[in-house]
Amino acid sequence: MASGAEPMGFYTDTTVCIGCKACEVACKEWNQLPATEGGAHEMSGDSYDNTRRLDGIHWRHVKFIEQFSEDRSDGRWLMMSDVCKHCVNAPCLEVCPTGAIIRTEFDTVVIQSDTCNGCRACIGACPFGVIGINDVSNVAQKCTLCYDRLQAGMEPACSQACPTDSIRFGPIRELKQMAEARVTQLHQLGEKRAHLYGADEKFLGGLNSFYLLVDQPEVYGLPRSPKMPTRNLIPSSLWSTAGAALLALLGMVGLRKRRMDERAAEADTDV
Amino acid sequence: MSDTFFTASPHWTWYIILYFFIGGIAGTAFLLSSLLHLSNLTARPSDHPTDRPLIHLGYYAAFIGVAFSGFVLTIDLERPLRFWHMLIQNHTGVPMFKPWVPMSVGVWGVLLFGLFAFLAALASLSEERPSWRQLQSAPIRFLRHRGPSAVIAVLGSIFGLFLAGYTGVLLAVTNRPVWADSSLLGLLFLVSAVSTGAATMILLAAWRRAGHPASIRWLSWFDHRVLLLELLVLLIFLVSLGSVARVFLSWWGVLLLVGVVGVGIVAPLVLQRTHRAGSLRHHARAAMLVLLGGFLLRVVVLLSSNQIQVLGSGVVGP
Repeated sequence: MASGAEPMGFYTDTTVCIGCKACEVACKEWNQLPATEGGAHEMSGDSYDNTRRLDGIHWRHVKFIEQFSEDRSDGRWLMMSDVCKHCVNAPCLEVCPTGAIIRTEFDTVVIQSDTCNGCRACIGACPFGVIGINDVSNVAQKCTLCYDRLQAGMEPACSQACPTDSIRFGPIRELKQMAEARVTQLHQLGEKRAHLYGADEKFLGGLNSFYLLVDQPEVYGLPRSPKMPTRNLIPSSLWSTAGAALLALLGMVGLRKRRMDERAAEADTDV
Repeated sequence: MSDTFFTASPHWTWYIILYFFIGGIAGTAFLLSSLLHLSNLTARPSDHPTDRPLIHLGYYAAFIGVAFSGFVLTIDLERPLRFWHMLIQNHTGVPMFKPWVPMSVGVWGVLLFGLFAFLAALASLSEERPSWRQLQSAPIRFLRHRGPSAVIAVLGSIFGLFLAGYTGVLLAVTNRPVWADSSLLGLLFLVSAVSTGAATMILLAAWRRAGHPASIRWLSWFDHRVLLLELLVLLIFLVSLGSVARVFLSWWGVLLLVGVVGVGIVAPLVLQRTHRAGSLRHHARAAMLVLLGGFLLRVVVLLSSNQIQVLGSGVVGP
C-alpha cells in the first residue's frame, strides 16, 4: 500500500439494498460516464436490471436476483450494488503491462487514463468482470472509489447517495467491525445464511469492497474463490520451456539422422 | 462452476488470432532455417548447397511474420499510438518491464526476435544479391561469417521458440474460461506453432523449388512427429480442463474435432504416411492442411472463451 492514509473501502450490506439505483446514477453523474450506445440502450426485457454488467461506462451495477418458485407463490428478491472490489492483491494491477494501474494512498486501485493503451489484459485478469473499455476515452476504466473526492476529504458519490446505507464507506478496519456486528444481528434474527464475502484474507489478500450476502456467492454472480492470474505462470512456462527443448532436440536428431543416412549411402556407393 | 466463468472477455479476436498464428510461424520458421543453417555449417561445403535458398526463405518469412505481428498487435490496441507505453513508462521515461507478466515479456521478446530476424534476413539478402552494392558493406558481410551467423541463428531461435510458446502462457495468465483452466495452453500453442512453421517451410520449398530433397524429407519427417505430439498434447489439454471442457459441447467442439483434429492433424498425418517418399506436391498438400488446422486451433481457443461472459447475475455461454 502507498504510504499515507488509512485503507479505505466499501462495505455493502445487500440485505438493505432496495434496488433504487441511486448509486448507479450518482456514479455516472460524478464521473461523467456516457450513456450506453449514446442513449439508444436496449432494455434487457427480462429483468429490472437493464445495466446488466460492470464495464468501462458502468462503474456501479445494481444486480436484481429473482428467487421465485415455479408458480411465483413464494420467493424473494436479492439486490446487490456491485462495484470494483479494490482487491488487496489486485490481479488487474498485477498484469497491467504499461503500469497504468496503480495502488493509491487509500489502498484503492485506480487506472491512470493517460497511461493505459487499451491492451485489455486487465479485463481478462479481473476475477469479477469489473473492467471494460470506455468507448469515449478508448481506455480501460472502472470504479476509482472516487479518488478525486477522497483526495478532497469527501465521501464517494455512490455511498453518499445510497438512501438505505446499503453502501457504507470508511476505514476498512471500522467497516469490518460494523459488518461483523450486522452478521451477528442477522443470525440472531434467524437469517443464518448471512455471511461476509471478501472481508477476510481468504482470497486476493482480502477485498477493500466487501459484501454481506444471504446466499451463495455464485447466486450473486460472484466467484466462490477468485484467484490471481499468475497462478498459472510457472507451470505454463515450465511446460512450454520443456516442450521447446524437446522440439529443438527433435529437429537436431532428425538432421543428424539425415546426415548419417547420407554418409551410409555414400559409403555404399564408394564400395 | 469454474471461477473463471464470472469474468469478462477482453475481446481479443481476429487481430490477436492472426498474431498468434503468424507470430508462431515466424518464430518456428526461423528455428527450422537456423537448424538447417547450423547443420550445413558443420557439413562439408558440397553437401547441401541447394539448402541455402530455403534457409533464406525461412529467414525472410520470419522477418515478414514478426513485422506483421508487431503491426497487428499495435492496431489491436484501443489507443495504438500509445504502443510504446509497453516499452517505456510514459510518466518516468524508464523502461517498462514486468517479468511476471507474459504480455510485458512478450513485447520485449517480439522486439528482440524482430532484431535477429532482421539481421538474418539482411544477411540472406546480401548473400542472394551480390550485385546490390548497399548490401555488400563490411558490417553486412560480417553478418554472413560463420561465427556471427551462428550466434544470430542460436539467439534468434531461442526468441523464436519463445514467441511461438508465450502466447499460450499469456492466455493462461488471465482468469478467463478455457485459457486459465489449464497450464498446458502454452505447450499446445508451441507445438502447433512448430508444426505450422514446418508446414510453411515445406510450402516455401514447393513454391520456389528450393531446398535439397533430403531437407524436404527432414521437414516432413519432423512435422509428422510434431503433429503426433500435438494430438497428444491437445487430448491432455482437453482432459486437464475438467468440467470446463463442456464449453466444447457446442459448435466450437465440432470445429475443434473436425477442423483442428480431423483436417489439421489426422488428415496430414495420413497423407504423410501414405506418401512417405512422395513428391513435393504431396508434402505441400499436407502442409496446407496443417496450416489450416493451426489457424483453426487459435480461432477455437480464443473465440470459444470470448463468448462466455457475465450478464446480470448469471453467466452466458456459447
